[in-house]
Amino acid sequence: MRLEVEITGKTFTSAAGGTHEVLAPVKFALQSGEVGVLIGPSGCGKSTMLRIILGLDRDFAGRVARPPEARIGMVFQEPRLLPWRSVEQNVRLAAPDISDAKLSELFRILELEAHRSHFPGELSLGLARRVALARAFAVEPDLLVLDEPLASLDDALAGRLRDEIATLVASRPIMTLLVTHSLDDAIRLGDRLFFLSPRPARIVQELPITIPRAARSEAEIAAIRTELARRIQAEQDDIHAGRDVS
Amino acid sequence: MLRLLSFALFLAIWWIAALFVGGAKLPSPPAVLEVMIAEASSGALFLHLGATLARVTLAFTLAMSIGSAIGYLMGRVKLADRLGDPWLILLLNLPALVVIVLAYIWAGLTETAAIAAIAINKLPTAIVTLREGTRALDRSLDEMASVFAMPRRRAFRHVVLPQLAPYIAASARSGLSLVWKIVLVAELLGRPNGVGFEIGVAFQLFDTPRLLAYSLTFAAVVLVIETLVVQPFEARANRWRPRAA
Repeated sequence: MRLEVEITGKTFTSAAGGTHEVLAPVKFALQSGEVGVLIGPSGCGKSTMLRIILGLDRDFAGRVARPPEARIGMVFQEPRLLPWRSVEQNVRLAAPDISDAKLSELFRILELEAHRSHFPGELSLGLARRVALARAFAVEPDLLVLDEPLASLDDALAGRLRDEIATLVASRPIMTLLVTHSLDDAIRLGDRLFFLSPRPARIVQELPITIPRAARSEAEIAAIRTELARRIQAEQDDIHAGRDVS
Repeated sequence: MLRLLSFALFLAIWWIAALFVGGAKLPSPPAVLEVMIAEASSGALFLHLGATLARVTLAFTLAMSIGSAIGYLMGRVKLADRLGDPWLILLLNLPALVVIVLAYIWAGLTETAAIAAIAINKLPTAIVTLREGTRALDRSLDEMASVFAMPRRRAFRHVVLPQLAPYIAASARSGLSLVWKIVLVAELLGRPNGVGFEIGVAFQLFDTPRLLAYSLTFAAVVLVIETLVVQPFEARANRWRPRAA
């Protein structure tokens, strides 16, 4: 299975009538078993790109090819749970075919067993995010999309959830698309990192990480991070140099 | 307990007022109770009450279902909203009496005319409330349902309907009180039975005890339906909300 994204542009008309370019031409592809990471500054158009990929926004130029039968699991930036349904119902409504055993296993991994019958309003943000993760995994997706799933969580919790995501992604060959501004998350989870420019977003760098996710030691992660920092610095120098010339 | 106390207070005020005003204009509670018992034992009370309740049920159900459907459509589809809005404003401001009289003229003094007239009076408020509810639907949850490929029926039942429930409850409550009032007018003008008809008779005879006997029994029935049907529905629809302290 393969996701191909080839957006040639996306503009939107503001209430005042002005036209704004949100996305510059963007092109990338993702294979089964790969984790692609989109990294970019806030407001650069990442969410717009996701909406296009998910089919929520059809008003754009270009094309997105994903197998029509591909099941999608999504973790939105806000958990987007149904407040009037219990935790378990929230998961089951998205994944009606899930077996009791699978559901229990998922709840065990994400430590949600005690909260099955709670309503989302009774959960902390961290718990609600875990429910959103459970829901996305429960559908056994072919394409998993994570939009800053770890934002605004404390480091310890974010670290644990990140490990859980890694475990779950490793358990099945799925295409995963992660949006984040945390370089750390990107290096620990990603196979291919796409660095985006400020709005209108385009891919300024594409960086594959060849070491398998499970085999990345702390030292190697640190090395990748240094390398990345150097590249980003160089890129920015280029931009500044370019400006100076013009 | 507090409700009971409040009811006792109402009775006390009534009784005292009756003593001052005199029995012809305001009969005392026991006098009214006597008429109630007499009417009940003859069966007339239940007959009229039943007729009125049947009309209320039919007209209310009709108006709520059609009104909710139209309101939902107008909330979702801009074109429907544009097309329907002038009609809605007209209906909203049309006096109940006009609708009832016209219905009787056009369709004769029939049951159909009465029920249609009552339903038409309730219809616009149901539409307005449900349109507002539909406009307030959370788009982000719609997107969630669409990304997870929820079938339409499941999404409507679990995503949309719970959001509309408070609006449906509000519309049911205000609608019920509206229908209660209008049904009596419709009966007074063109039906041979029902509480409204009886009140008309009592008015012609200046029979205050009879008038009060019927209207109070009617009010009691309304109260019972409100507590046993409307309030439990509201409570169920809101059970997921964290309770106010």
